[in-house]
Amino acid sequence: MGKKLLIHNDKVPGIETLEVYRAHGGYASVEKALKTMTPDQVTDEVKKSGLRGRGGAGFPTGLKWSFLAKPEGVARYLVCNADESEPGTFKDRYLMEVIPHALIEGMITSSYALGAKTSYIYIRGEYFYVARIMEKAIAEAYAAGWLGANILGSGFTHDCYVQVGGGAYICGEETALLESLEGKRGNPRIKPPFPAVAGLWGCPTVVNNVETIAAVCPIVNMGGEEYAKIGIGKSTGTKLISASGHINKPGVYEIELGLPVEEFIYSEEYCGGIRNGKKMKAVVAGGSSVPILPTELILKTAKGEPRLMTYESLADGGFVTGTMLGSGGFIVMDEDTSIVKNLFTFTRFYHHESCGQCSPCREGTGWMEKILKKFLNGTANESDVDLLWDIQSKIEGKTICPLGEAAAWPVAAAIRHFKQEFLDVARSKKFVDVSHYNRLYKVNT
Amino acid sequence: MSSQVHGTQHFDKTKRAALKFSDEAMRTAEDLISHYPDGKQKSALLPILHIAQAEFGGWLSPEAMDYVASILKIKPIEVFEVASFYTMYNLKPMGKCILEVCQTSSCWLNGAEDIVKYIEGKLNIKVGETTKDGMFSLKVAECLGSCGTAPMLQCGASYHENLTYDKVDKLIEDYRSEGKLKSYTDLDYKNTL
Repeated sequence: MGKKLLIHNDKVPGIETLEVYRAHGGYASVEKALKTMTPDQVTDEVKKSGLRGRGGAGFPTGLKWSFLAKPEGVARYLVCNADESEPGTFKDRYLMEVIPHALIEGMITSSYALGAKTSYIYIRGEYFYVARIMEKAIAEAYAAGWLGANILGSGFTHDCYVQVGGGAYICGEETALLESLEGKRGNPRIKPPFPAVAGLWGCPTVVNNVETIAAVCPIVNMGGEEYAKIGIGKSTGTKLISASGHINKPGVYEIELGLPVEEFIYSEEYCGGIRNGKKMKAVVAGGSSVPILPTELILKTAKGEPRLMTYESLADGGFVTGTMLGSGGFIVMDEDTSIVKNLFTFTRFYHHESCGQCSPCREGTGWMEKILKKFLNGTANESDVDLLWDIQSKIEGKTICPLGEAAAWPVAAAIRHFKQEFLDVARSKKFVDVSHYNRLYKVNT
Repeated sequence: MSSQVHGTQHFDKTKRAALKFSDEAMRTAEDLISHYPDGKQKSALLPILHIAQAEFGGWLSPEAMDYVASILKIKPIEVFEVASFYTMYNLKPMGKCILEVCQTSSCWLNGAEDIVKYIEGKLNIKVGETTKDGMFSLKVAECLGSCGTAPMLQCGASYHENLTYDKVDKLIEDYRSEGKLKSYTDLDYKNTL
C-alpha cells in the first residue's frame, strides 16, 4: 500500500464539507504557514520538496514560483488551471468533486507564499457541477474565516473566485487560459513575456494545476525534505493517475512515484489487469498527447529494466522507445484495439481543438484527420503512411503553443511502433473494427 | 456558423428591446462582474454567456449577444468572437435537451459509437439534428473528462456515465416525462450564491 497524501480521505463520509474536512486535519497548512512561516519560507519548502507541475509539463513548482515578478504596488495573481481536458485525464475533477477544500486550502497557502491577494480557479465549462461544488465550499470557507480579510488574524487577506470556461481544450495552455479568464478567445500568447512577469491583465501571475496546488498542503505540513523522501530521484511525492480503457478497475489512483508500471496495471490494488482475460496491446501513459507504447516497451525500457511510474523512467529512451508521465492520463488498450482508429479519434480531437492561430496546427491537424479517415473507409494507400509522418514532422516545433506537439507526437509514435498495422489496412483496402464493447450489451442485447 | 448568424438571422433591434435578464439572473451577473477589478468586467463574459443561453431559450441569438455586450459595456463583436470560439455556446436554436456523447479515445474504446448509433435510431435523428418536436438534439463531444466511467454523455450540467442501452432508454424517458424538460437552465446558475 503506497503512501497517500491527496485523496487518503476520499471515502470519509461528508469530507466535502468544511466541518468533516477540518476534523480530519484540513486547513492545517494554512495555520502553519500564516502563523509560523514567512511567504519565502513556504516557497523554500516547495522548492525543497522537488514538487513538479502535475498538469503535464512537470516543471519544478518552486522554481516557477521564484520567477514571479514582485514590483511594488502591482497586484499579483494565482490562477488554478482546472481546465482538465487532456483525453484520458479526470483526476482533477475527482479531487475537486470529492475533496473541494483540499484545493481551497492549497490556494490560500500558495497565495500566501506568492503574495497574491486574489486567486481564480478556472474550471472547464463542461465541469459545471464541479464548479458548483467548489463555489459551495468557497462559501463555507468564507463563512468560517479561511477566506476574506485578515485570515487567522495574520493580516493576510485573500479572495478566491471560480470562473467557468466555455468548452475549449486549448484553454488548458496557461496563456490561453489567461486570455479566456480575461473574457477573450482562447488564443495562446507569444512568450516571452511569461505569465510570471505579465500574466492576468498584464500583472505577474502564477498558473498551477489543481493537483499541484493541492500538493502544497502536505508539503507545508510535513516539510519539503520529508516530502522529497517519497518517490525516486527527481520524481518526488505522490501522483494522481487517471486509469481508463480496457482494464478491470478504471478510476483515479494516488501512487507513490516509482511504482512499477507492471504492478500498476496488473495488481488488484490498482487497475486489476486487462478486462475479459484479454492481453494488453498498448498504453498511452500520460494523456493523449504523449507517445503510445506497445506492451513490451511500456513494461520494460529498451535496456530491459522494469519501467517505473516516474518522469525519468517513462521518458527513458526518448521518443524512440520511451514516452512521458504527462498528466497521468493512463489509457490501456487490449489486443483487439485498432491503433489506426484510436489514432483517428485523437487526431479528430486535436483538429477540433486547434485554436486556428498557427497554420501548421490549424491545417496540419485537419490533413492528418482526413488521411486517417481514408484508412477507415478503405481508400488509403501505403504512401499515406509516409505522408502522415511528413505532416506531423512539419507541425512539431512550429507553433506558438504546445498543441502542435500534442497533435504531432501521437501520430509519430503510432507509426513508429505500429507501422505494419497502418500498412496492412492500406493494402487490404478495408478496415475491420473488431474491438469488443460487451459492457453495452450486458443488460440489453 | 457566422453565415447562420449574420445571413439568415437578421439582427432585429425590436427583438433586442424585448430581451432582458430576470432579476435573479441580473443579480448573478452583477455578482460575477464584482469578482474582477474595476474596468476588467469583460472577464465575466464567459460565465454571463452561459446565463444568457439559459435565459434566452438555450442559444445565443445576435440580439442576445448584443444584450450581453450592453451589460458588460463592451462592443458586440467582442461577444460574438468569444461566443463563436467556444463549443458550449449555441449560435442556432437547439432542442430543449441536448445529448452530447463523448467520442474521444477512452469512450470510443468502450463503445461510444454504438451509443451514438443507438440514440440516432431511437430518436430518428442524425448527429447535429434536433427531433421534430424540438425536444432532443444530438451532438458528439470531444473528451469530457469521464474516461474512467466511459462511455458517457452530458445533458445540461448532468453527466450520465457507464452508459448501456438500458441507461440511454431510461434517461431519454426521464427527460421526456419530466414535462419541464431539462435544458441549459439545468446548469443551475441561480445557485451561484
